[in-house]
Amino acid sequence: MSEIIFEIDGKEVKAKAGMTILEAARSVGIKIPTLCHHEALEPFGSCRLCTVEVDVRSWTSLVASCVYPVAQNIVVRTRSAKVDRIRKMILELYLAHAPDSFELQDMAQEYGADKNRFEKEASFCIHCGLCVRYCNEVKQKNAVGFVDRGSRKEICFIPEIAAQECWDCKECFPLCPTEALQAAFVLSQALYTPQK
Amino acid sequence: MDNARIDKIIEKHHGEASSLIQVLLDIQSEHHWLPKAALKRVSEKLRVPLTQIQHIATFYKAFSLVPKGRHEVHVCVGTACHVRGASRILDTLQELTGIKPGETDLELKFSLETVNCLGCCALGPVLEIDGKTHGKMTTAETADVLKNYQ
Ligand code: SF4
Ligand code: FES
Repeated sequence: MSEIIFEIDGKEVKAKAGMTILEAARSVGIKIPTLCHHEALEPFGSCRLCTVEVDVRSWTSLVASCVYPVAQNIVVRTRSAKVDRIRKMILELYLAHAPDSFELQDMAQEYGADKNRFEKEASFCIHCGLCVRYCNEVKQKNAVGFVDRGSRKEICFIPEIAAQECWDCKECFPLCPTEALQAAFVLSQALYTPQK
Repeated sequence: MDNARIDKIIEKHHGEASSLIQVLLDIQSEHHWLPKAALKRVSEKLRVPLTQIQHIATFYKAFSLVPKGRHEVHVCVGTACHVRGASRILDTLQELTGIKPGETDLELKFSLETVNCLGCCALGPVLEIDGKTHGKMTTAETADVLKNYQ
């Protein structure tokens, strides 16, 4: 069993090979903000809020801690002027899409993000993929997925599957940081009348 | 498109989930679009969730989830063709077919699409119908070429 020793915020941390920086940090009680991370799901690395600074052989880079594996002797900083600035920017961009999300607003307060910095484009979904991945990996029902790409990307229910599976599940609803998911579900429901 | 034909295509690709895009491309080129029933069949046969197929089918511009015409007309509006008068060709096509780029006429005869470079700028303005390239087009020639497609 190879043990990896490295540093997070000046603290020596021991971790097992294959762990991510995020897991190692959480195991010793160091907090890193996340949006798209979920313990039961494979790391996705889409929200970038978990960005940290890492020194590898005195070369500094910015990485997503939820997907970056720990390595011997690296030095991690979970807060720095640069990291904070990046998180603030990411939050401001998300808030342009989902200005009323409580989860985003709480974080915005911590990082001093201004929800009015960018023009609103209320699409609500911030593409964290929690609903899609939960339905796929945990429930294995695949009732909801992504469609299209780039700025037009959005989530979409498969009505036939949703009509059968979602009523008694709805486990993805509380996962969504913006409630876009519920809106999409209600909309699909309204549009779809099952064929008798 | 019937299931037997779809199954044939899937068989050709050994029913492997990793061939999903190839299967969809084959259906697209034969049928000109991807009906929902076909996607369902592919999903069952390759054991790939419909959500994933839907994601891929909407991701690539090569796929269409709505019916396309029998003949696909691509007009190049890239820089070289633009300079050589592509907009006149496009206008002529719109007038003759009655459709705008991205549309298909009611008889499902033509689908019109603009593209940004077909890779043969010296032939500009270029028009491609069903994969056949027509170079150095004029408005009169465009009208003549279109007549050959039923
Ligand atoms: S609907 Fe919500 S949970 Fe699903 S991807 Fe969008 S933001 Fe994430
Ligand atoms: S939690 Fe790491 S990218 Fe979202």
